[in-house]
Amino acid sequence: MRIQLDFAAVLSQWPLLLNGIAWTIALTTVATLIGMLLGILCAQMRAKGPVAVRFGVGAYIELIRNTPFIVQLFFIFFGLPVAGVRLSPETAAFIAIVLNLGAYAAEIVRAGVEATPRGQIEAAVSLALTPFQVFTRVVLPPALKKVWPATVSQIVIVMLGSSVCGQISVPELSYAANLIQSNNFRAFESFIVAALLYLALSVVLRKFLNWAGPRLLFGR
Amino acid sequence: MMLSKRKFILALAGAAGMMLAGASAHAQSALDDIVKTKTIKIAIPTDYPPYGFVGLDMKPQGLDIDMASLVASKMGVKLELVPVTSANRIPALQTHKADLVISSLGKNAEREAVIDFSHAYAPFFQAVFAPASLPVKSWADLSGKTVGVTRGAMEDQELTKVAPTDVQIRRFEDHNATIAAFVAGQTQLVATSSAVADNMIRKNPQLAAEFKLLLKESPCFIGVAKGESALMAKVNEIILAAKNSGELDALSKKWLGRAAGDLPL
Repeated sequence: MRIQLDFAAVLSQWPLLLNGIAWTIALTTVATLIGMLLGILCAQMRAKGPVAVRFGVGAYIELIRNTPFIVQLFFIFFGLPVAGVRLSPETAAFIAIVLNLGAYAAEIVRAGVEATPRGQIEAAVSLALTPFQVFTRVVLPPALKKVWPATVSQIVIVMLGSSVCGQISVPELSYAANLIQSNNFRAFESFIVAALLYLALSVVLRKFLNWAGPRLLFGR
Repeated sequence: MMLSKRKFILALAGAAGMMLAGASAHAQSALDDIVKTKTIKIAIPTDYPPYGFVGLDMKPQGLDIDMASLVASKMGVKLELVPVTSANRIPALQTHKADLVISSLGKNAEREAVIDFSHAYAPFFQAVFAPASLPVKSWADLSGKTVGVTRGAMEDQELTKVAPTDVQIRRFEDHNATIAAFVAGQTQLVATSSAVADNMIRKNPQLAAEFKLLLKESPCFIGVAKGESALMAKVNEIILAAKNSGELDALSKKWLGRAAGDLPL
């Protein structure tokens, strides 16, 4: 049987695809900005916080890292309304994706922080820097530099993982591809187009983060 | 060469004729078999409430099962239920595992090419459902509300056609997700088939969800193997009698909560 590909049928739905790309980028951007902050905070709390906080943060990190993203998403969207918390699909997706990246980023950042030599911290303290200054100026930049490749990989994974947000009707890229193929039955073409778009997004995102990290976060 | 080709065609025609003869010989035997063995084998669903499901007593029950009993009793024979899924209900007929398929079977061109259909015996419809407290009388009333629907299902296409433009249609991956979102209150209304909605209403009485607006009718027919004209005539006769006597309406009211309405012949 010869398969006849009809990309025009899919590409003619470009407003849907464009909207999908915009949502995927929005989810990834919010996840990266807030998720990284959450991750850094959690990394520090898990290492230096009071016992109770340390335990709480540890529980959060392990809970997120040891359950599938789609289950976390369904829990927030379908589960929380039972407790009276009703979120729109988009809000649920943003919360789920931030919590997800936050937990992974915490462990990645912690690895970098732990690799900072003690002497460097002692030197900073002896220069009368406050603990906050020590962390943000002496500990964090080299730590981020060491773990940046791992962080970039994790952000790309989160972007690809955002594809499941379509399951709760967030109109991101795979939702758009799914909707197109269920309207015109061009499943193969839809997913080829979606795959190529994801590939392009990943390459661009990786290049951008590799460029932005040294310039904006920790210097070359 | 020419001759052998002609011979071949003749042989083919002969074989086809024999097959036709065989089929028509079989046509007599299906009803005859039922009468002779005093048993009719009817394929029914066990996974599709309220049409067919397994009750707490582990026995199949539902509209399709009641219909099967009705057909068997009118024919005066013993009923043997053959549980099938939606995927294998037509093969069950083709391989003579069942004499009839009463399994909320809708009619379409692809199916009509392989089996025959009786008159319709029960309504099947896609509709919009919502809690009784939500006032929805017409499509215009949906304006500004959220409606959950299973992406790509027949009701998705119908809803997209009739709904006002400012309705938020929330599309989910499968019936379970659509229903879960509605039950959790994430969508104000839900567009789905009567079967799925009925099951949801049964399991979630606290929602007080009810039928609001009709999207599309696609009634259920009894499937009969191709060429079984005698059996088909008998089945149609039973359906017509049951329709006139109000038995079909009673069945529909019992399981679907509304009268059978105007069923196509």
